[in-house]
Amino acid sequence: MRKMSWFVTISTALGFTFLYIPMISLIIFSFNKSKLVTVWSGFSTKWYAKLLSDPQILGAAWISLKIAFMSASLALVLGTLGALVLVRFRRFHGKNLLSVMITAPLVMPDVIIGLSLLLLFVAMEASLGWPAGRGIMTIVIAHTTFCMAYVAVVVQSRLVDMDESLEQAALDLGAKPARVFFDITLPLISPALVSGWLLSFTLSLDDLVIASFVSGPGASTLPMVIFSKVRLGVSPDINALATIIIVLVAIGVVIASTVMKPEKDTQI
Amino acid sequence: MNTQAIILAITGFLKRMGMRGRSLVIAVPLWWLIVFFLIPFAVVAKISFSEAIIARPPYSSLVQWTSDGVMLLKLHFSNYGYLLEDSLYISAYWSSIKVAFFSTILSLLIAYPMAYYIARTSERRRNILLMLIILPFWTSFLLRVYAWIGILKTNGIINNVLMSLGITSEPFIMLQTNFAVYVGIVYTYLPFMILPLFTNLVKLDNSLLEASADLGARPMTSFFKVTLPLSVPGIIAGSMLVFIPVVGEFVIPALLGGPDTLMIGKVLWNEFFSNRDWPVASAVAIVMLVLLVIPIVLLRNAQTASVEAA
Repeated sequence: MRKMSWFVTISTALGFTFLYIPMISLIIFSFNKSKLVTVWSGFSTKWYAKLLSDPQILGAAWISLKIAFMSASLALVLGTLGALVLVRFRRFHGKNLLSVMITAPLVMPDVIIGLSLLLLFVAMEASLGWPAGRGIMTIVIAHTTFCMAYVAVVVQSRLVDMDESLEQAALDLGAKPARVFFDITLPLISPALVSGWLLSFTLSLDDLVIASFVSGPGASTLPMVIFSKVRLGVSPDINALATIIIVLVAIGVVIASTVMKPEKDTQI
Repeated sequence: MNTQAIILAITGFLKRMGMRGRSLVIAVPLWWLIVFFLIPFAVVAKISFSEAIIARPPYSSLVQWTSDGVMLLKLHFSNYGYLLEDSLYISAYWSSIKVAFFSTILSLLIAYPMAYYIARTSERRRNILLMLIILPFWTSFLLRVYAWIGILKTNGIINNVLMSLGITSEPFIMLQTNFAVYVGIVYTYLPFMILPLFTNLVKLDNSLLEASADLGARPMTSFFKVTLPLSVPGIIAGSMLVFIPVVGEFVIPALLGGPDTLMIGKVLWNEFFSNRDWPVASAVAIVMLVLLVIPIVLLRNAQTASVEAA
């Protein structure tokens, strides 16, 4: 290791400060007594009490969790299949098309994905009668479509790193491809599956723009409620909500990194 | 095994339907994306050529039948003409590209030293720092943007600190300006720049730098002649990962920008939700897509290059 110049060290320190100051300020001011979010006037937890008794926020949070669970699970299946096909299958019709389509949602602006899916749902409803109206199901379809791209990327890189000889050996010994997949490939890529599912879950939980386009009456997700509140200005109960999310995520990341660590040694 | 029994039953059923396992495994993700990703673009393109009418859905049909059974295809180019006529749209596209360009440059300047440091520090510290880069990804993007409102507003944290230190007596107006939009964008997209740069820099062969030092190059020279050229694929990948989504960004200009912050994502949103003009919104989306084709191709080339190098 070479000695790092002071310029690089200081830039890095400043960069991390820049990344973390907003989150730290959110946490500090969630315990502020005053309604003026940025003027400190004493410690209080009343905004947490207010948050937890707000039926609109709680209802939206429940809808968002349901959508995130369904989208992440569907995206896990579809994204894993996509990655498997792209990495392991030699040549087939539509391979190029699939590889373009599976990565494009990663960078496509949200407004375009949201608008195009909404127009699709409207056109389908007019010609096929399905989906009848928009709501939780249309949001799940939309979220699955962009989340499967993330799952595919994570699983793809794991499959590329993985030693193919184990699968080959099983095939040579006469195992059926489906059995090889469930008994050998799946256990080996399970860390990627876990992180792909979790990533999809949080991305779905976080999406405002796409959900706003494809949602219908009665299906307001948590980001939609937050956005309509935040547009009117800062409010301390939103700080409390942010603090809860940050703490949950931090706990999750610490647990994940301690649970995943022993697996690192057994990686093939 | 219960699950295995189910799988056997399903595969048996599909075999009788004439579907072999292999083609089924291909068909499921492929057709999902064709139906829910590719066809929607065709629908947007179609509606961009129709006329806004007051009905449900609020656009005219392209295909019409005359009374004697002749099919008429009516394409309205007026939506695209409208985009050219009203200077709002052209300046919104232009300013989105400008904002995306400068925030990409800013992110690159901030991210490069960070990625370099993370790539070359001890492994223990590297893992902690990488975790700190990824952690914000997992917390709500909307709430992290919201945090900047409290920091930047007139009686916000920065102004309170500056005024209590006596540096300024009048608060700076920062919120609802383009400055706030830049801060928000660079802050949000910084990890997208750092990670590809890090992946590239961590693979850099140290012996190349030693060789250049042995041959008498100063560290600065080595950096510009060895490290920087070798990290170009990382720079391109990171830049495109920032540039492309920023062009269509809606949330950040909506929350941190002011009335004169013009970005095409916001224009599309208003066209759709406020004006309810679906055909014009579709035309806005199609033009944005066309503008993004070149950056998307650049990104793909950079990604396949890095896969082949690995």
